[in-house]
Amino acid sequence: MNYLVVLIPVALLLGLAGLAAFLWSLRSGQYEDLDGAAERVLLDDDDKPYR
Amino acid sequence: MSCCAPGEARLEFEAPTVAREEILLASRDLGDGTRQTDLSVPGVHCGACIAAVEKTLSALDGVTGARVNLSTRRVAVRWRPLDGNVPDMVGALARIGYPAHLQSFEADRTDPQLSRLIKALALSGFCAMNIMLLSVSVWFGADGGTRQAFHIISAVLALPAVIYAGGIFYASAWNALRHGRTNMDVPIAIGVTLAFGLSLYDTAQGAEHAYFDAATTLLFFLLIGRTLDHLMREKARSAVVGLARLVPAGATLVEKDGTRRYVALPAIESGALLFVAPGDRIPVDGVVETGRSDLDRSLVSGESAPDTASPGSGVQAGLMNLTGPLTIRATARAEDSFLTEMVRLMEAAEGGRARYRRLADRAAALYSPVVHTIAALSFAGWFLATRDWHQSVTVAISVLIITCPCALGLAVPIVQVMAARRLFERGVMVKDGAGLERLAEIDAVLFDKTGVLTLGRPRVANAGEIARSAWPIAVALAAGSRHPAARAIAAAGGAGGADVVFDEVREIPGLGVEGRARGKLYRLGRSAWALGGDAGEGSPEGGSVVVLAGDGARLATFAIEDRVRPGASEMMHRLRQAGLPVEILSGDRAVAVQGLASQLEIDRAAGDLLPSDKLARIRELADAGRKVLMVGDGLNDAPALAAAYVSMAPATAADIGRNAADFVFLHEDLSAVSTAFDIARKAKVLVRENFTLAVAYNALAVPVAVGGLVTPLVAAVAMSLSSVLVVANAMRLHSGRLRPGSAARPDEGRRAPVQPQTATVAGR
Repeated sequence: MNYLVVLIPVALLLGLAGLAAFLWSLRSGQYEDLDGAAERVLLDDDDKPYR
Repeated sequence: MSCCAPGEARLEFEAPTVAREEILLASRDLGDGTRQTDLSVPGVHCGACIAAVEKTLSALDGVTGARVNLSTRRVAVRWRPLDGNVPDMVGALARIGYPAHLQSFEADRTDPQLSRLIKALALSGFCAMNIMLLSVSVWFGADGGTRQAFHIISAVLALPAVIYAGGIFYASAWNALRHGRTNMDVPIAIGVTLAFGLSLYDTAQGAEHAYFDAATTLLFFLLIGRTLDHLMREKARSAVVGLARLVPAGATLVEKDGTRRYVALPAIESGALLFVAPGDRIPVDGVVETGRSDLDRSLVSGESAPDTASPGSGVQAGLMNLTGPLTIRATARAEDSFLTEMVRLMEAAEGGRARYRRLADRAAALYSPVVHTIAALSFAGWFLATRDWHQSVTVAISVLIITCPCALGLAVPIVQVMAARRLFERGVMVKDGAGLERLAEIDAVLFDKTGVLTLGRPRVANAGEIARSAWPIAVALAAGSRHPAARAIAAAGGAGGADVVFDEVREIPGLGVEGRARGKLYRLGRSAWALGGDAGEGSPEGGSVVVLAGDGARLATFAIEDRVRPGASEMMHRLRQAGLPVEILSGDRAVAVQGLASQLEIDRAAGDLLPSDKLARIRELADAGRKVLMVGDGLNDAPALAAAYVSMAPATAADIGRNAADFVFLHEDLSAVSTAFDIARKAKVLVRENFTLAVAYNALAVPVAVGGLVTPLVAAVAMSLSSVLVVANAMRLHSGRLRPGSAARPDEGRRAPVQPQTATVAGR
């Protein structure tokens, strides 16, 4: 029982971290141009998507 | 052209010229003096294109940055006006081989509905997965305090999912109920609420089972279907919006003192004097004040031959000015113009479509009463038999959950998403899933002529008969003109005109082009004029014959005719095979319409029709119970497109026509029409199969549930299994055999090897 008190919150926190990461990536425009992202890896410029 | 610009980039029309002032009007202010303009660049295909476009734009004075979006084929340009000047972005792109056109920025705003759906999907996915993990341990024998703790954690996790993700379904269900209808979301909303409420009660009572997992998994699965459906429509919509706008956003106003100024369309008052350069479209209805020109009416009225305009003649908004500059006096404001008249007709015409109820909603109308009755009956039955109300409610809920319209909710959208993807690959955009359902039901097809059955781009029909010596002269004369006949001659002659040098080339609107070379006066144009006033033989078919004469002596006679779209006869054949009657409704001259009808073996063809006549014909058919597919492109077709049961437009259509149509096809090939019809029918079959699967599953599962024999584990597994089955069945559409239509065009540019950036920019 005692180990559950630690493990369940840890599991949930990790899940929440994943959810937060996804929402952040969504908000910062990383899914706006998936085809372009695949090609841009070959370009030299160091750039960020427009918001 | 760059390494990879051809292919899809060459939509079969020329992008209209974009005035720099129009760029300013269509840009948005980001604050601190920076403005952003969105351009649609259909030619962008690969990494090298991205580099070329961004480098070229960034090198322009005033541009602070450019960012290509390869998925939407757009580029966002940030710039500052330098001394009030707008950087010539469109020109710069055209010079490196990427035609671009302006994107109104409203179209580019990110879609709030989609981000709401994705966030709901992420949240419900997170909650459902974690609750499922906890549930699994409960099923495998966790008991006592552990079980109770897990139930409480599940309740805490389920609450945000039900409120945030479930909110989408609650809003939709409430909206339907308020208008006295039911839809798919009503049983979903009731099922989720009941399951959640009873689970809360059970948790409070410390009972053995809770259904938080069922409620959240249901939401998660349903949101997948809904998000896919939305993505499909969004993709098609943005592809359609990305096509060039044919009506300008503004016009050049001539002030009383003669100065010219570019103003936005709504600012044009009746009585204003406007300047229309060759190559521009007439912005509002008006009367020509000065100047002579030829006007291309093909998009407005469907007439294929250009018309002459001279002082005093009335012109309609949307006509293309071909040959000479015109000054027109506006007789109507933009919102009272011909275009707006068409919009009014369209709004009045929409009806057949508004009455249509989506298949899923019709299924739900049958389904939800049945399910609710069974659930209510099993509650009553169990209550009478056992007098245990808790047990009775549990059974009723397991009936609601096991019959959860999960599979039903996925049955339609998943097939439509697959069908739309299939069509997308063939250059057909599906704007609405309901359009696919309607397309499968049609029993008559109506076509517009100019621009739909034909390309609206004439060519020289008798190229083989023209004397070889006449070609260079004709090509050199025709090269400078925008008249479609001249373009056809220039295209047919190729680069042959380089060695003839004319001293002065003049274009005389309505008549032709003339020029002097080696002391001789050459004329290319209407036969009466070219032959020096020898009006003896008038041209038999208006503008379809062009004569080349040197000092009044005939050198060659060009027969100009519109080209039938490739794939037209194949499509007719396939439509006839499917037993669909075909008709032509055209605004062009009846003679031309009859000629084409007999060429394509179409029995019924009508010419000289007004927009209201087309509308009347569709109404007549609709009153006779027919379901009509209308394929049209012009402004004059827009009301008919809106009135038809389902409608299609080519990418070359007027903006308003594209917006009114359910389908837009991008390629020249007309076989897109029959391909779309085939896929729609196939999709209908698959939807039926999916419904059958879902109903069969329910027929098996419901008796078990009513008998009170279902544990949560079995219910959850059965539910997921039926969803997987339905999705797998829909996938058959993608792999299924469909005859390889010639419309399919491999996307050759996309796989082109990426070359070093410098080589791309230099080696265009």
